[in-house]
Amino acid sequence: MIKKLLGTAAAAALAVGLMAGNATAQTKVGFIYVGPVGDHGWTYRHDQGRLAIEKEFGDKVKTTYVESVSEGADAERVIRKLAQEGHDLIFTTSFGFMNPTLKVAKQFPNVKFEHATGYKRDANVSTYAARFYEGRHVAGLLAGKVTKSNVVGYIASFPIPEVVRGINAFTMALRSVKPEAEVKVVWVNTWYDPGKESDAAKALIDQGADVISQHTDSPAPVQIAQERGVWAIGQASDMSKFAPKSHMTAILDIWDHYYIARVKAVMDGTWQSQDVWDGLDKGMLAMAPYNEALPADAVAMAEQAVADIKSGKLHPFTGPIKDQSGKVVVKAGERLDDKALLTMDWYVEGVQGKLPK
Amino acid sequence: MIDTTAAILLSMIAAATPLVFAATGELVTEKSGVLNLGVEGMMLLGAVSGFATTVATGSPVLGVVAGALAGIGMSLLFAFLTLTMLANQVASGLALTLFGVGLSALIGQDFVGTPMDALPKLAIPVISDLPLIGPVLFGHDPLVYLSVALVGAVYWFLNHSRGGLVLRAVGENHHAAHAIGYHVIGIRYLAVMFGGAMSGIGGAYLSLAYTPMWIENMTAGRGWIALALVVFATWKPGWVLIGAYLFGGVTIAQLHIQGLGVDIPSQFLSMLPYLATILVLVMISRDSLRIRLNAPACIGKVFHPDS
Repeated sequence: MIKKLLGTAAAAALAVGLMAGNATAQTKVGFIYVGPVGDHGWTYRHDQGRLAIEKEFGDKVKTTYVESVSEGADAERVIRKLAQEGHDLIFTTSFGFMNPTLKVAKQFPNVKFEHATGYKRDANVSTYAARFYEGRHVAGLLAGKVTKSNVVGYIASFPIPEVVRGINAFTMALRSVKPEAEVKVVWVNTWYDPGKESDAAKALIDQGADVISQHTDSPAPVQIAQERGVWAIGQASDMSKFAPKSHMTAILDIWDHYYIARVKAVMDGTWQSQDVWDGLDKGMLAMAPYNEALPADAVAMAEQAVADIKSGKLHPFTGPIKDQSGKVVVKAGERLDDKALLTMDWYVEGVQGKLPK
Repeated sequence: MIDTTAAILLSMIAAATPLVFAATGELVTEKSGVLNLGVEGMMLLGAVSGFATTVATGSPVLGVVAGALAGIGMSLLFAFLTLTMLANQVASGLALTLFGVGLSALIGQDFVGTPMDALPKLAIPVISDLPLIGPVLFGHDPLVYLSVALVGAVYWFLNHSRGGLVLRAVGENHHAAHAIGYHVIGIRYLAVMFGGAMSGIGGAYLSLAYTPMWIENMTAGRGWIALALVVFATWKPGWVLIGAYLFGGVTIAQLHIQGLGVDIPSQFLSMLPYLATILVLVMISRDSLRIRLNAPACIGKVFHPDS
């Protein structure tokens, strides 16, 4: 909050400076984050991207950020404020900022917006996301290699396509190794609440899970996994220091080069609205170092999968894919297209429980 | 089944304990007529101070003490603003929370990701190994027992001691208490400091026992839940304890229900702890006259000895 206030004060001071006619050729880039920059997960990685911009362009850019902005009405206020303060480019880094971003973008046609993980665009609104499901596939393979109870726990945030897609990719990969394994999902309805996430991890382990995967942002679940002696997969950043024994790997978000490219485009005047969905091949995500205690064949399998996904040989959503009722949704050899992936609202076979709608 | 029940009860008690500390402390503060909305900020500072001290000294006892002192420090700031400078209590309390969020993040920067062992749990030979009763009654860390003892002590203090009577008098009618010679400001300072210390310990419980780590904003709104509990428990320590355990219990139970694959929408289950706690506490305290009798009449009002 102090940083936020300082950032706001600096922005206000700059705005005054502009009015006084001391305008410099600085490009102003604003960020709004759903969590605190110190979450060591999702928001932390976006902030690393922001720092990469500063490092790349030095004095030519000025970046500001507002952290812990709740999704909804408050987000609109914050985005509008950043736009009014004369930011040239604004990154809104959570799915729930989608509608507020579009609403404000209409009122500020000269400001460029970049919304992470959304599907609605406009002349001045781009969307960008990473194919995290590719990482989930690799994590699922590892889980299949290490699970002994054949029950894998999955801590989920909100039932949106992004999260459901991750659960499905993970489950299919898991069952490709251990056909009898199942995934238990617990929805915590928050992106960030270390206490609640750890309670969910405890509940899943109490119910027999010996691998914990998460789609929430704090390192609390991997820490609980270590305390209880089960495996875990980190989220967004390398969380191994929280659980050196249990942390198998993590799916790393890497926004740095995308952010630098988009700021460059604004500086050059070549920015255009676009939709980017890059994967392991473009380096928008990567796997964190594998735990040394993992069996060698598990690591080899994971590394092979990463290489095959990069080369295009492997697509995590290749048929046959069955839904929960056992009906074949995708025939053998066929692949789900991006549209189907982006609107996914059904579980594959092997996920326990019903998907909340 | 016994194992699941024990697991739910164990997690429930851990989830409820920070709320019990913070809410009981705030209850005493409010009984003296002061509304301190800075619980969340004080908890966060308690959490980071407790964690940093334990890492630096290796002593969880010192960590808990540091958490309490940090809470007291924050509460003194609030007390100075509202009791000495007569600032608005609501605004000052909100500011204290914002301040606590930022200050704890600043202090905690170097401690994110530092490993630490959780508080040791009680282990009495034989008894702690009994099924169900063993772990649920005798398998916690010392702070859990302290929190229950605290509720009993506060109940006794408020209802059966002279000091408690004076404190309540100050909260009910500060002009009358002042007129018969009590030092209203001094008593309120003490009550606010007690609230700060308890919030600090509640925060330290989070970072030392519940999720043994420091991470920004780790309270995630528990300070606000504690504040709500005080009101819904109509300022009664015993009901605060019931409310906190109920809230913790339903929170944990709904996670287990989801894991078992019961077909209830998870959004509804997430709402359930709030709904159940409010419903139960409203039901047990539906007598509006008694609520008014319990609510401190001077809460949030500015007091100046000469006015």
